Amino acid sequence: MLNYQFDWSVVTSGKYFEWLVSGFKVTLELSALGIVMAFVVGLVIAVMRMSHFRPVRWIAVAYLEFFRNTPLLVQIFFWYFGSYKILPQAVNDWLTSTNFEFAAAVIALTIYTSAFIAEDIRSGILAIPKEQMEAARSAGFSYLRAMQYIILPQAVRITVPPLIGQFLNLAKNSSLAMTIGVMELTYQARQVESYTFKGFEAFTAATLVYLGISVAITAMVHQYNVRVLNPQRA
Amino acid sequence: MDGIFNFQVISDNFVYFMIGRFPQGPLGGLGLTVYLAVVSCILSFFGGLILGLLSISKRAWIRQPVSLFINIVRGMPLLMVIFWMYFLLPAVMGGTVPENHTVIMGLTLFTSAYMSQIVRAGIESIPRGQTEAAISTGLRQWQVMVFIILPQALRNMIPSFVNQFVSLIKDTSLAFIVGVSELTHVSTQINNRTMAYPTEIFAFIALVYFVLCYMFTTFSRWLEERLAWRKAI
Repeated sequence: MLNYQFDWSVVTSGKYFEWLVSGFKVTLELSALGIVMAFVVGLVIAVMRMSHFRPVRWIAVAYLEFFRNTPLLVQIFFWYFGSYKILPQAVNDWLTSTNFEFAAAVIALTIYTSAFIAEDIRSGILAIPKEQMEAARSAGFSYLRAMQYIILPQAVRITVPPLIGQFLNLAKNSSLAMTIGVMELTYQARQVESYTFKGFEAFTAATLVYLGISVAITAMVHQYNVRVLNPQRA
Repeated sequence: MDGIFNFQVISDNFVYFMIGRFPQGPLGGLGLTVYLAVVSCILSFFGGLILGLLSISKRAWIRQPVSLFINIVRGMPLLMVIFWMYFLLPAVMGGTVPENHTVIMGLTLFTSAYMSQIVRAGIESIPRGQTEAAISTGLRQWQVMVFIILPQALRNMIPSFVNQFVSLIKDTSLAFIVGVSELTHVSTQINNRTMAYPTEIFAFIALVYFVLCYMFTTFSRWLEERLAWRKAI
């Protein structure tokens, strides 16, 4: 370690810098696509979880418990290696015609994250006084319409900070996509290490990028709390 | 969808899934997963306790660097922490480090950072009056912490610790990346050898992880209810 020659130029310019930048872009793509899809799926599961119709509620509970209590890596492997047997042929054909590694990673990240988001949304919904639902129902809204127009708009507002937090988790979890060959940031850092033997520099660069994402997101949550949730304190 | 599932591959390799080559060779499979999780959990309990106590120290020169360290670790993906360990430990220890140790160190460092937050929140949730009362009976600062605050705080933290243990069980799957033959690694081996049954293999180990984790998740919820009930009377 003592006679290690640092060479930061490896990661600050040239080909290897471009590798890291392209990795960062893939990490962002995975996270952005994942968080949007996970939000939609999570919203559906959260509403199903609160349904008064038992079979629907059980399906939601089974979904939540199963995907939260299984390692993400195993889920990624399942979708990447094993999904062809349970998906229709048409879907398989479409998936193999696109970037299948990327698609499998997005599917796994979406499903895994949606289970956590659904619980965040559910706590948001539970935080809305139930008189709101009763008032909406007595005003003639159906259950789903009351959810759509009265409860969810308020619940989503207070769910934004944990959702942004889930985006951070997603960005960090997307590093697991490297195991199936998605060339995201961690994958590229490893590539730079194996090509240049400058592992310390490569890992430092990748770590700083992850920390940058994390600092930016923490600042966003803070701003949201100050500006939107507690404007009188600003 | 051809709908042909063949679970023969599971029963043929069941013992290998569970314990690897043990007792002829080293422990592997589910046995090693549990071993990694338990050892890392015990170590991160102490790591988290120390970091948590340091992060609420009254001395800024202790508190600030420790908090920075905790935030850096929490801002990194676990995979990155494991790579750092894989890469730095041999340099620091001056020689090769067994993969098992690399993974345990990585998991411990990562989980300690999260546990320190639990410890801090637990300590801060004990009313200040307790500290004031203890000090006025003549106890020293450290005695207040060890005999008055921690025993109450730790009890409240138990459900969160169990949840961290569940995360640890899931996180041990990342040991796969440095070639430790725990459950996920063993399954990829079997998958590479048999080729034709990835769906069955990965669905099976997902179920194994689920059963293990769900047991502890349920246990943690039960503990939480029991603690809430105790507090209510």
